[in-house]
Amino acid sequence: MGSYITFPELLIWLPLLAGIICFFAKKEHAAKSIAILFSLILLGISATSLFYTDAKYINWNAVNYFYPNNIGNTFYVALDGTGRLLTFLTALAFPIILLATSKNSYKNPSSFYGLMLLSQAGLMGVFCSMDALLFYFFWELALIPVYFLCSRWGGEKRIQATFKFFVYTFGGSLLMLIGIIYVYLHTPERFFEDGTHAAHSFALNYFYRAQLSAGDQNWLFWLFFAAFAVKMPVFPFHTWQPDTYDQSPTSVTMVLSGVMVKMGLFGVIRWLIPLFPLAAERYSHLVITLAIIGIIYASCIALVQDNLKKLVAYSSIAHIGLMCASLFAMNQISFQGVMLQMFNHGINIIGLWIVIDLIEKKTGVKNISQLSGIAHKAPVLTIMLVIMALANIALPLTNAFPGEFLMFTGLYMFNPWYGAIAAVGIILAAVYTLKMIQRVFYGDSNAITDQVTDISFFQKLVLGIIVCLIFLIGVYPQPVIDLTKDAAVALIGRTK
Amino acid sequence: MNNVLQIAWLLPILPLLGFIINGLGRNILSKAISGLVGCLVVFASFLLSVFIFIEVKNGNSQVVHYFDFLNVDLLKIAFAFKFDPLSSLFLLIITGVGFLIHVYSTSYMHGEPDKDFAKYFAYLNLFIFSMLLLVMGANYVVMFIGWEGVGLCSYLLIGYWFRINDYTNAANKAFIMNRIGDLGFLIAVFWLIAKTGTVEFDQVFSAATIAKLSATDITGITLLLFVGATGKSAQIPLYTWLPDAMAGPTPVSALIHAATMVTAGIYMIARSNILYTMAPVTQGVVAMVGLATAVLAATIALKQNDIKKVLAYSTVSQLGYMFLALGVGAYTGAVFHVMTHAFFKALLFLGAGSVIHAMGGEQDMRNMGGLKKYMRTTHLTFLLGCLAIAGIPPFSGFFSKDEILAAAYVHNPVLWVIGVITAVMTAFYMFRLYGMTFLGKFRGSHEQEHHLHESPAAITFPLIILAILAVVGGWIGVPKIFVHGGHRLEAFLEPVFRESNAITTKHEITHATEYMLMGVSVAGALIALIYAWRRYGKYQQIETSPKGITKILENKWYVDEIYNSTIVQPLRSLSGFFNNIIERKGIDGLVNGTGKLVNYGSRQLRWLQSGQVGAYVLLMVLGILILFIIQLFL
Repeated sequence: MGSYITFPELLIWLPLLAGIICFFAKKEHAAKSIAILFSLILLGISATSLFYTDAKYINWNAVNYFYPNNIGNTFYVALDGTGRLLTFLTALAFPIILLATSKNSYKNPSSFYGLMLLSQAGLMGVFCSMDALLFYFFWELALIPVYFLCSRWGGEKRIQATFKFFVYTFGGSLLMLIGIIYVYLHTPERFFEDGTHAAHSFALNYFYRAQLSAGDQNWLFWLFFAAFAVKMPVFPFHTWQPDTYDQSPTSVTMVLSGVMVKMGLFGVIRWLIPLFPLAAERYSHLVITLAIIGIIYASCIALVQDNLKKLVAYSSIAHIGLMCASLFAMNQISFQGVMLQMFNHGINIIGLWIVIDLIEKKTGVKNISQLSGIAHKAPVLTIMLVIMALANIALPLTNAFPGEFLMFTGLYMFNPWYGAIAAVGIILAAVYTLKMIQRVFYGDSNAITDQVTDISFFQKLVLGIIVCLIFLIGVYPQPVIDLTKDAAVALIGRTK
Repeated sequence: MNNVLQIAWLLPILPLLGFIINGLGRNILSKAISGLVGCLVVFASFLLSVFIFIEVKNGNSQVVHYFDFLNVDLLKIAFAFKFDPLSSLFLLIITGVGFLIHVYSTSYMHGEPDKDFAKYFAYLNLFIFSMLLLVMGANYVVMFIGWEGVGLCSYLLIGYWFRINDYTNAANKAFIMNRIGDLGFLIAVFWLIAKTGTVEFDQVFSAATIAKLSATDITGITLLLFVGATGKSAQIPLYTWLPDAMAGPTPVSALIHAATMVTAGIYMIARSNILYTMAPVTQGVVAMVGLATAVLAATIALKQNDIKKVLAYSTVSQLGYMFLALGVGAYTGAVFHVMTHAFFKALLFLGAGSVIHAMGGEQDMRNMGGLKKYMRTTHLTFLLGCLAIAGIPPFSGFFSKDEILAAAYVHNPVLWVIGVITAVMTAFYMFRLYGMTFLGKFRGSHEQEHHLHESPAAITFPLIILAILAVVGGWIGVPKIFVHGGHRLEAFLEPVFRESNAITTKHEITHATEYMLMGVSVAGALIALIYAWRRYGKYQQIETSPKGITKILENKWYVDEIYNSTIVQPLRSLSGFFNNIIERKGIDGLVNGTGKLVNYGSRQLRWLQSGQVGAYVLLMVLGILILFIIQLFL
């Protein structure tokens, strides 16, 4: 296989191809089927790639195409531990999302599914790129379809929400582009196999060798950080998120929260910390402080949210805050904890959105205060939700526990106070999560929830897959942790 | 390793299997089958526990490693179980008392619909599973898995009747207060990892590892672990969830909130005994908090009228006793009291359940009375339970309580005095309960009186077994002054506490003092007992509004109200402030302000809304082209 095509190429081209085909599909049914079929094939490929991690399969996992007269940029894609896990998350998330929302009908379905798949291709590209220009290209390729998806298929206030989302993320991206160009101009000369050479290079390994003074690192750090912080998001760059999650079509919200927020964390892992290790160390306290404020702040706001979607949005901000803080603790335990948790968070939050979407479709409302007593009417739905909610508060034997445990441990080893204060989040998370369960599911049903029926066999199946993953990783997390070991060790190597 | 420990993994797997069968099959299984499955798996676990106990008693203690739970960098956390005297004793209590309560439940919960009945047994099995993990875990992380697992089951079972809002409030309160404690536990674990790199008991308690810890480390870690224990074992300041937890079905109160889960904190500290022995400051705190809780809860129990609430506060108080024992270094005494308490308190709760069952759900003792002649077995077993908890010889409670009080006296006579006062109060409120419930004339409605009957065998059988244990259970710990070598429990647990005993200096008290101490506490308890018997044996309801201290006690010292106004309300206000002011007006206002500045730009962005998908695709292609052009000409 390696001599013809590699895993990363397949992961990028396949959704791109499928997306383009979708655009030309005439009927909704055809577009939907193509999207689901291709996403399932992609999942198969991605799952296969998990078994070819050994160094001897390097030809299967990395490829570097260059073309004459280039400016030092090549089509350089590869899978490392983090990339493999996140491409798998992407490949897993899309079929789940598409299947779970397959009952929803959209106007102009061919472009809807086409844009979804384009976005998937962009995400795959982000996680595989080893070239800064390529990374930037895919970063935008992942985001631009989402702007359209939100603004065209979203809720009532979609224009306002999309605009805010656009201003935030586009602003961040531009700053990062400036940063990329600056670093590029400081990279050494590059020679190619065909005898040509370029004055500079966009390749990751050349970026690592860029001649940057400590002073340069200091401001470049913030240019890159802006893009990643907005995407995660970290306090106080987060206010686009609740509105966007609330107003986007649910499937887009799932993509955004399940996979796309990982772009920011991933950017920190592959680009920010290794490129500017000195600045990262210098500003680690500042970033961690912001992240921890974000944990407490977002958890508190989640306590008083009445809108189910915004509750999940703020809860996610708190969880991402912990991941961001742990990244800047910069030790192997915290790194591997974050990498594990990125995967877990993606699965869990998609599961939560599926349940919330079902509730909204069954009742027509998404306000906690209007709902009551669903457990009595839809016991299976409730059980699924409760399991996901427990994973959301990192109960042991759910997948989030090993992830959060490692992150807290790593953060504590970096500085006990950070670890201890951040851990207060687990209490607040329990408070708002249990309150939500109580209000929405327990008690007696009211006029709105009286007609609620339990979920269908198909929905049980989709949610069942998520629940199985939650327990599987919760009981035996070590294989997933092992997957990211090389990446974490390499990252540690850059910071020392 | 050719012995029963080889199949010890079955011990938690069996109840887990019961949970899965009843959980998945709740819509198709009949009550008979789900009850049978629920009971059988626990009984099988009990048999296995007996074999394990025998194996351990023959001197075969070991750690069985299954797989690596977490293995990152230098941190290795194994999924492993530890079998030693301490854990094997707890296994017997959990599965033994657990089995009896399962049997009891088949009758007590019979009125529930089929699928709720199966759900109930599923939760109960899940609880046993979690509790076994907690006790068998060979490191703090596996223990924590069980620790939070039992908290979850407690939450699920308190909120079993989830349509009633008060009950789910109680469930949430229990979970959240436990979580506050769990935070302490977790930070202690992080601290341990940061300093020693391990959480395995065998390594942590080894001299080499302890040498890596400074005195501050040990004090900090033990104090934080104790915070965890105050949550789980309902001590000041985190005890208020336990009385509310009585919202759950009565067998649940017996199993989780009396006999097993709430003793997890005592187990954890007994397990970590060497660390505590090396941290005198923590020991002092543990003893003080334990004693304060014992007194506070006992005073509240004096004036409660709900039969389950009295027992709940009594449990809090008895748990306080156990912490007092731990604080003064009487680890064996604490474990001893855990055991006897499991017998008599489970008995009392189940007896109360039998009464509530007969009264058609009535829990207010003011509407009971005279049940003696309607429920002979329940009455007799309940009386034995009361005598045991009151510390009357030769019932089990006397021996364990005596051991704790003697140890307290050695430590500081003031502790002993307060301990005896608490014991006197215990005897009083228990016989107040007994008198109001079983003696005098029946004060309930005519309908209730007609309905009164002795409970069926599935309920009385566990009562009888537990009553026997409540009577004779203390005989494995007879003090040395009565029988030489009589304290068999101490000999059995000796390996667990060996290091702690080696570094503490023992002050022996004379036999005369010991007899005197015993005499005073027994006499005090007897006087209180007789007084309560006489006064409440002919209790008549008098309608007076409570005044003064009575009012304060009936309102439980207003602790819930104080927590509400000092913690809950401020947190809510702060959250509201964050949401309404900082989030909406502050950050978002700033962003929207910036948005207005680029209003012009936003107008230009209207093309985003053209609705022509073709145009969008065209623009994307254009964008890609621009990138290529940049590349060609730059």
